[in-house]
Amino acid sequence: MIEIKDLHKSYKMGSNSLHVLKGINFTVKAGELVAIMGSSGSGKSTLLNIIGILDGADSGDYTLDGVPIEDLTETKAAQYRNKFLGFVFQSFNLINYKTALENVALPLYYQKVGRKERQKKALNYLEKVGLKEWATHLPSELSGGQKQRVAIARAMAAEPKVLLADEPTGALDSKTSYEVMALIQQINDEGNTILVVTHEEDIAHMCKRIVHLKDGVIVEDKKVEQVRAEQYV
Amino acid sequence: MGWLFDKDLWSEIFHTLGKNAFRTFLTMLGVIFAMIILVLLLGSANGMSNGFDKLFAGTASNSLFVWGQSTSEPYKGFERGRRIRYKIEDAEILKRQIPEIEVLAPRIELGSHRDIVTVYRKGQTSGSAVYGDFPEIDNITKKKLVEGRFLNNNDIENSKKVCVIGEETYKLLFDKGEDAIGEEIRINGVFFAVVGIYKPNNNINIDGENAVFIPFTTFQKAFNSGDRMGWMAIAVEPSTKVAVVEKDIKTILKNKYDIHPDDERAIGSFDMSEIFNNISAFTNVLKGFSFFVGIFTLLAGVIAISNILLITVKERTKEIGVRRALGATPVIVKRQIVVEAIVLTAFAGLVGFAISVGILSILNNLWGSGDDFPFVNPMISIPQFGISFLLMVSLSVLIGLLPANKAVKVKPIEALREE
Repeated sequence: MIEIKDLHKSYKMGSNSLHVLKGINFTVKAGELVAIMGSSGSGKSTLLNIIGILDGADSGDYTLDGVPIEDLTETKAAQYRNKFLGFVFQSFNLINYKTALENVALPLYYQKVGRKERQKKALNYLEKVGLKEWATHLPSELSGGQKQRVAIARAMAAEPKVLLADEPTGALDSKTSYEVMALIQQINDEGNTILVVTHEEDIAHMCKRIVHLKDGVIVEDKKVEQVRAEQYV
Repeated sequence: MGWLFDKDLWSEIFHTLGKNAFRTFLTMLGVIFAMIILVLLLGSANGMSNGFDKLFAGTASNSLFVWGQSTSEPYKGFERGRRIRYKIEDAEILKRQIPEIEVLAPRIELGSHRDIVTVYRKGQTSGSAVYGDFPEIDNITKKKLVEGRFLNNNDIENSKKVCVIGEETYKLLFDKGEDAIGEEIRINGVFFAVVGIYKPNNNINIDGENAVFIPFTTFQKAFNSGDRMGWMAIAVEPSTKVAVVEKDIKTILKNKYDIHPDDERAIGSFDMSEIFNNISAFTNVLKGFSFFVGIFTLLAGVIAISNILLITVKERTKEIGVRRALGATPVIVKRQIVVEAIVLTAFAGLVGFAISVGILSILNNLWGSGDDFPFVNPMISIPQFGISFLLMVSLSVLIGLLPANKAVKVKPIEALREE
């Protein structure tokens, strides 16, 4: 699903440049649930941004679902993001003047799905994350965990190849975190490929594989025994 | 252009604008005020123009007056300083030879020009101008009658001893509230029955307020004026320039009365159309100026919209970033912001238009009668509104592109960066 070879990325900070990713080699197969760990500054968010086509690499190859991702125009990048990727952010990033349902339906709008179809699908995904009754509520009327579940529903609504979650539990208490992880596990159980960036050990162990990043290189890549989140809920 | 009919785009835009109603309202204020100023300025200029039109409604604009003066050049054995006196037959000659003349009303005055004659009635007197007229004069300088009627053809044919008097004359000869119609007044020993009283037009006042009009034919008999004619009021058909007819008339008259062709003083004339041209030039400048000022105010209003959109784009950086992460292409983002600008401008323009039309109709109710000062039916015309509206909307497209480009310049990753 994801193939990354010898990926380099550096940022220019004034006169000096900061080498963030120093040759990443990384493969994710369909249906995997991977945790990307590392302290801040390790390059984990940069890696996720490149995988999410929100940022470009300086050198190296990146293939997503067999499609080489390189030298994309903004328009093409937007289309690929819409088609291949679903995003979940630490701070949810829901559009605050849109209801839960409208937020979930937004990626479908950009896929040019018809209104009725859109509403139906969006409601379906809201039901899946257990928030059907909250469809007409604004994000400000939802709790943090509910917001993140709406965000997950939004990410899944477009039926992406890969779900990218950047610190999905970073802004949540541990109980809510486990609820959200239970949801992510459930989605993974259905065969979806998911990447989770986190710095929390317990969250990482709820995935099936942990990739450790340190100073821009992968220092550890291991399969783990998945801890099911339901037992903590 | 298929997106124009994309229901989703429109609902997305109205949704965005509607959910941010206060911001939307603030954004629109500038254009609303600009539109109000534009429409009020233009409407007032139009009202003024209409007011002048109404003021001069009684006077045929394409008209001239011709009278006799004294020669300034000796010619064909005549010395200079000879007084030119027209004959009634001249009216027929001119009408026959110059087809462009629509109406020609001959007039004769008692005494010389601007002379005043004492008019008597039961011991009361008035120093008035006395004119012998044809009813046609009413087609050139309309008399506002407050009572009775003006002279008619029957009066002319039967040389009736009737008269129409000015309001000022009435005040001098009659007591307040006294019925004057049918009463007789005496001029040079001859009695005339009053058939009408006129009110002076508060515009170009050729005849004065204190005057007595009697039928031309009656004048001839009563005051023994024979075939003399004092002056002529002439209306020219609308498509012909008064100056052309004026020249033709002078040529014919100079020929007939043996006046030197270069004599500028012998024939007096006054071209009414010049006054009207001056007034319409004035109101046109006024209209043009208001349009100019209004359009620039509008420009300022539209720029204000652009400014606020720039600010809101900055505010919405995150939202736009999310949208782009979810698959909104730069074109979609730009289109949404530009269409937002257009919708805001157009809606604000219409709101401003509605408000200002309301204000104009209130002004119209207060002062629109045009009696006190020239201000009648102040309203802007459909083409004027169309042009301003079109200009405004095309400006908003150009100016909406500014924030739109700014919105897509920010990379989604920068927009989404956690604070």
